[in-house]
Amino acid sequence: MQAPEEQAMPERNGAELLLDTLTAQNVEMIFGYPGGAVLPLYDAVYRQQFRHILVRHEQGAAHAAEGYAKATGKPGVVFVTSGPGATNAITGIADAMMDSAPIVVFTGQVGTGAIGSDAFQEADVLSMTASITKNNYQVHDVRDLPRIINEAFYVATTGRKGPVLIDLPKDIVNATTNAPLPAAVNLPQYRPTPEIDKRQVAALMAALSQAHKPLLLVGNGVHAAAAQTEVQRFAQRYQVPVVSTLLGLGVMPNASPLFLGMGGMHGVYTANIALSECDLLINVGSRFDDRLATAPQKFAPYATIAHIDIDAAELGKIIPATYPIEGDAKAVLQLMLRSSATKPEVSAWQQQLQQWQAAHPLSYEKGTAEIKPQQVVELVGELTHGDAYVVTDVGQHQMWAAQYYPFKHQHQLITSGGLGTMGFGIPAAIGTKLAAPDKQVVLFIGDGGIQMTSEELEVIAANDLDIKIVLLNNHMLGMVRQWQDLFYDRRRSATVFDHQPNFTKLAEAYGITAHHLTDPQTVAADLAAAFATTHAALIEVAIPELEPVMPMIAPGKPNNEMMERD
Amino acid sequence: MRRVLTCLLSNDPGVLNRFTGTLTRRQVNINSISISPVGDNSASRVTAIVYLDNETTAKQLVAQLNKQIDVLEIHDITDQPHVERELALIRVNAAANKRAELFAMVQPFRADVVDVALDSLMLQITGSRDKVNALLRVVQPYGVTQVVRTGVAGFTRAEG
Repeated sequence: MQAPEEQAMPERNGAELLLDTLTAQNVEMIFGYPGGAVLPLYDAVYRQQFRHILVRHEQGAAHAAEGYAKATGKPGVVFVTSGPGATNAITGIADAMMDSAPIVVFTGQVGTGAIGSDAFQEADVLSMTASITKNNYQVHDVRDLPRIINEAFYVATTGRKGPVLIDLPKDIVNATTNAPLPAAVNLPQYRPTPEIDKRQVAALMAALSQAHKPLLLVGNGVHAAAAQTEVQRFAQRYQVPVVSTLLGLGVMPNASPLFLGMGGMHGVYTANIALSECDLLINVGSRFDDRLATAPQKFAPYATIAHIDIDAAELGKIIPATYPIEGDAKAVLQLMLRSSATKPEVSAWQQQLQQWQAAHPLSYEKGTAEIKPQQVVELVGELTHGDAYVVTDVGQHQMWAAQYYPFKHQHQLITSGGLGTMGFGIPAAIGTKLAAPDKQVVLFIGDGGIQMTSEELEVIAANDLDIKIVLLNNHMLGMVRQWQDLFYDRRRSATVFDHQPNFTKLAEAYGITAHHLTDPQTVAADLAAAFATTHAALIEVAIPELEPVMPMIAPGKPNNEMMERD
Repeated sequence: MRRVLTCLLSNDPGVLNRFTGTLTRRQVNINSISISPVGDNSASRVTAIVYLDNETTAKQLVAQLNKQIDVLEIHDITDQPHVERELALIRVNAAANKRAELFAMVQPFRADVVDVALDSLMLQITGSRDKVNALLRVVQPYGVTQVVRTGVAGFTRAEG
């Protein structure tokens, strides 16, 4: 059969064609920064009045797109110029790769004829990003552009999600064509939704019926599959307690009696002991990262392991699984929920867990002389009713936010997990707020990370984004300092800031209201006052310099060998 | 352990870079690789020989390669009946008085003489890696001045 003749389109240049394709992909905004190689692209943005968020550094564009993607599950889109524009974006692309965030990055490139000649602002972006993208393309013919863009969005948002990059030689975006927009994506070798092995699911459910100490471990894959409801229903029906990874927070409401908390290096005592003591561990969408499985050879020593992951390469990568199940978390959980397997007898296990919870609650020393960072997170949790999008940077404050904020929604925590990128916080909060303008967005950040991307404060101010920036200032790179104190005999090499900018003045310079909280007696009221606006605010809180994140598992130690606070 | 991977890649710029990058990132050294377009030239067939610690690593590597969008097909054929062949060109010193001896020597290998100069010969041999190595050993005493090997190409034998 002959295909119906495709309607030729009006003559357009590559830049217009690109924006039209983005519109067809329901892209509502672009995070970007202009430059020489993307002049034609930005000219089209101008003429089409495409919504464009001008960041102040290209790293910010990539992190903002990640924030947008992590908060909504929708792909974030980035425009940067060639050479330094592209290399500046690389940290954000690597971050998106590690945390499977769907972003599509368009990089300018010098003209086709100049590629390879060390032209002005030329960089071999394809080679540089090969290992940190799910796929990358360089466009060689303007007529290929819509097909490549559609493929890029498809690849970025299906299977295990991730970043895709499209490199655009300048002459390609200038060239004109009347080629029609292509039909559906044709990538026969790419199978993002694998067939689920039903026998393996049945075997797992049979094992569950026989288990005495079953445990569910939930990770980022549950967010990616939007399978929060299925996880909760499954846990409830079979009375299986749940541990989450850092990125799995929000899958189970913290308030759920079945939720034991975050496991891993700075996880909750009971969550870690449960990982060590369980006899059946069902991992849904976590990759047994070394911050969770701190000592893989001693991990969950008594457990039969089931591992559900959309990425076949994760199965058996770190921890061998008796029941490896390749598949989308939601689809597999739906199959598991359809099973008529009998419920396991778990009352003794639950009693045991409750005893541990009672004996080892997450706790900190409440001081009267100083404001404790954990208390700040708790107070913010109360002020925002556990409903806010919580964005963090990386370090101690990130762990306190993970430990003490009362999460309850999927996609609620926006953080840099795998790559641990300082500087992620401010731009990611921008992307989050733009993605969810009606929701409250709180950013927890440290005094180190804020100095890495503070230029993006201008984007917050310029767009009047209501983001509450809680700066926990201990005048240190606290997490590294904590490791130096523990493992390097307190030699605090390059981790103490003897001099710091005046952060409140910095915020005010951008036109952002700033508060400096120092009084533990009034901190609750001060926080409430600072939160009582619909505009951005920087709330700097002076916290004790040497406050450690506890509990902690030393690197290489198994989950049941936690250090707890003195 | 030695593993033989056979793979079909999109025949596009940068694809081989992504393929080898996946190996490099896991500290896998490529012992040999042969690649050439096949069929309508839209895809290239690759045979790669790698040395890995164990079968788990091998499975993991195949899974990682399989994730690449431009890897159309990949198989670890090490444990299946398969054929491996390699071509080598060898330039060996051959003074006039040594030629007859050399010709006789390479005959059992069914190597061909593909270039003759005043004091040297170029030999072409195809066969298994062992056979090529054996010929190299035999002609070594005459003085081998240049060798090029294509690396192993291979695929599985037909069943039955």
